[in-house]
Amino acid sequence: MDQGLLERLRERLDGDGREPVFAHGLLAVQLPREALLDTVKLLKEEFGFDMFLDVTAVDWPQREPRFDVVHHFYSTRDHVRVRLKMAVTEADAVVDSLVDHYGSAHFMERECHDMYGIVFRGNADLRPILLYEGFEGHPLRKDYPKEREQPLVRYRE
Amino acid sequence: MNQVHEKSGAFEYLTTRKDELVGWARKFSIFPYPFVTACCAMEFMSVSSTMYDTDRFGAALPRFSPRQSDLLMVVGTITHKQAPILKKVYEQMCEPKWVMAFGVCATSGGFYRNYAALQGIDKIIPVDVYIPGCPPRPESVIDGIMQLQDKIANASHPIINEKF
Ligand code: SF4
Repeated sequence: MDQGLLERLRERLDGDGREPVFAHGLLAVQLPREALLDTVKLLKEEFGFDMFLDVTAVDWPQREPRFDVVHHFYSTRDHVRVRLKMAVTEADAVVDSLVDHYGSAHFMERECHDMYGIVFRGNADLRPILLYEGFEGHPLRKDYPKEREQPLVRYRE
Repeated sequence: MNQVHEKSGAFEYLTTRKDELVGWARKFSIFPYPFVTACCAMEFMSVSSTMYDTDRFGAALPRFSPRQSDLLMVVGTITHKQAPILKKVYEQMCEPKWVMAFGVCATSGGFYRNYAALQGIDKIIPVDVYIPGCPPRPESVIDGIMQLQDKIANASHPIINEKF
């Protein structure tokens, strides 16, 4: 792993409300959601993070803002990873979509939308991908009842 | 050279009841449709290959068309999203048909109790034999097949009527 690169990246990212720190051997950056697109562009174009690994969210029901949206990127050239973390509120759970930068964002954002109800501004197709049409609620939110099922087939008597 | 031909009696004729005959024939010609969705598939492969060999029970040839099969083996977790497909496959099978719930997931949902997993396929289709285990050992699968064979052999077969 190229520690020098991560160190340079950390210095470059510092500022603009971004707080890069090292956690578990990878660079984790807390940032305001307005800074997302600029940061991603910088990661991709200047530092060669060419692979978008995943986007997911973390639900903190007691906290305000309630959600963290988490992106992971990987550089296939330097074999290093970086994580971006943005806090969003429940009432305004919107972040910018990365579909213009990474094609794989289409599907991963749909999954995150399924599970947590995060809206990705710019992703035109947020239909359910793992869930099905008509499913109410977002099952990985902590307030989704554990045993609530929404069957598609009527049960036998 | 004057010997009288004596009948030995061996296999020259056989008496049986027609429905027993049909049951006997049917129980050794099970054509399974493997509806395989999850990890139990590994066990299904091992039970159908050389070591355990379900061919001995006439249940060797998987048919991947519900029209040609008469045993629906539901192998693995069924999610709510998958359930309509399972139901459709079941409905497309011709009578007579039987259903086997292979593993605890198909039987009762297993350890999945959440928004996604159907809590047992018997909520949507009738099941003839349940095989417990996560995954079941091949021996329990064979036991299940044998119990199903008994059930088939002892059932009444609607094709037996006064004209047959
Ligand atoms: S019963 Fe166990 S092995 Fe079989 S599908 Fe379920 S979890 Fe997998």
